[in-house]
Amino acid sequence: MLRSRTRLAAVLAAAALLLAACGGDGDSGGSSAATAPSELKVFAAASLTGAFTELGRQYAAANGGDKVTFNFAGSQALATQIRQGAPADVFASADLANMDKVKDLVATPQNFASNRLAIVVEQGNPKGVKGLADLADPGLKVVLAAPDVPAGKYAAEALGKADVTVRPVSQEDNVKAVVTKVSLGEADAGIVYVTDVTAGGSKVEGVDIPDDQNVTATYPVATVKAAKDQAGAEAFLDLVLSAEGQQVLKKYGFLPPPTT
Amino acid sequence: MTAVARRRRAATPRARAGAPAGLAVPAALAVAFLAVPLAGLLVRTPWRGIGPELASPRVLEALRLSLVCSLGAVAISVVLGVPLAFLLARVEFPGRNLVRALTTLPMVLPPVVGGVALLLAFGRRGLAGRWLDQVFGITLPFTTAGAILAEAFVAMPFLVITCEAGLRAMDRRYEDAAATLGAGRWRTFARVTLPLVAPSLGAGIALCWARALGEFGATITFAGNLPGVTQTMPLAVYLALETDLEAAIALSLVLLAISLAVLVALRDRWFPAA
Repeated sequence: MLRSRTRLAAVLAAAALLLAACGGDGDSGGSSAATAPSELKVFAAASLTGAFTELGRQYAAANGGDKVTFNFAGSQALATQIRQGAPADVFASADLANMDKVKDLVATPQNFASNRLAIVVEQGNPKGVKGLADLADPGLKVVLAAPDVPAGKYAAEALGKADVTVRPVSQEDNVKAVVTKVSLGEADAGIVYVTDVTAGGSKVEGVDIPDDQNVTATYPVATVKAAKDQAGAEAFLDLVLSAEGQQVLKKYGFLPPPTT
Repeated sequence: MTAVARRRRAATPRARAGAPAGLAVPAALAVAFLAVPLAGLLVRTPWRGIGPELASPRVLEALRLSLVCSLGAVAISVVLGVPLAFLLARVEFPGRNLVRALTTLPMVLPPVVGGVALLLAFGRRGLAGRWLDQVFGITLPFTTAGAILAEAFVAMPFLVITCEAGLRAMDRRYEDAAATLGAGRWRTFARVTLPLVAPSLGAGIALCWARALGEFGATITFAGNLPGVTQTMPLAVYLALETDLEAAIALSLVLLAISLAVLVALRDRWFPAA
């Protein structure tokens, strides 16, 4: 009896172990679990979180309450999910490279916005960061997006232009996580999109990166060929590209797409 | 269990009776459900390219770091967890049940929540972290020590509850005898209790280590992600998955092999009659 109790405890512990392991794999696609047919599934770059959530509300209002479910994550993660057959209707990427990775699975992409980079620091800029060159200071805890994340790739480009070498303390999985680490006070500075500084609220502020060091991020959007709701996907795309949609994007700090 | 005992058990009529179909079908489904994902991993494994993939600096780095962090987490868990297990099993103190509940909480808490809690406690602005930073100049997030802390937070309960169960199941007459013969409490613990509870401790260490090795949520939330510093195997798998599926599969395979090894090592303990 006593032995079996030990064994039971061990088995329980093993079960909890498996349970915990399942809980830990941080699946970012959790928001797209619903299956109702009228639900449009939009996979969008993390930096679009604010703007697209508002566009989703507008879409719902204009389409008799049809819901839009968003999966916001780093574009590289979304591209992989779509490649692996995730049920997306629309894909909006923060760069052209990740859209290109799924080009056989989507209709012709259209550029709908662009973005610029800024340095994000804590409110009040306690470390007195003035520009990219200051980020080389080894006493400064700098967080970047991982090199595979569009924001990380753009940041590397900007640092290259400024001829600055930065040793980040962490490479985050998406651009929003960079802002989070700075707003929690764990990191002193990060390189993010201008729009993320605005979205980061009162705990953070931005430091401008001059034009000659800055990078333009181009955002393409496309409907997915395998979309369950093709009409809905096209309607959402139209909304993003419409004057109304562009107004929303502008409100969140996005710039019009590059004209070239 | 001895071979004789095993034969005797097989000969009982109860063991010969077949399972009712109502149980066999869902049971078979359960096995398939658990086995198919593993098959999926194995089928998609690029066996030819796996050698160079596993020998790449990125993988070796993550593997090395995973070993360092998980063994560090086990060390913390043993040093702090075994005494805690002893107290929970043997000493009546007010609030013992509360302490036990608190101890097991990280087992059921989503690891990401654990990571957030760790940030708010041991982060640069956290409850204890602020003090660590100001007095000692120590900051834990984004360091290997932080990754070890995150793993220990999640894994220690496995050691504590397994060890406590072993202590409770132990025949205490040996301890009583030792005490009667004049051994002090510490000596009794070190020379009698600990050796007797060693099998449970071993199982607890194995579980704790496996959990620490697989830790993802708390680590990426609290310690961040930097190759060679905080990017352990699970983080490397997750990030590789986003860009390089084959690398992710190769890394997953290593973790699968380690998990299987732990299972095999513990099989006599968990499935003694099988």
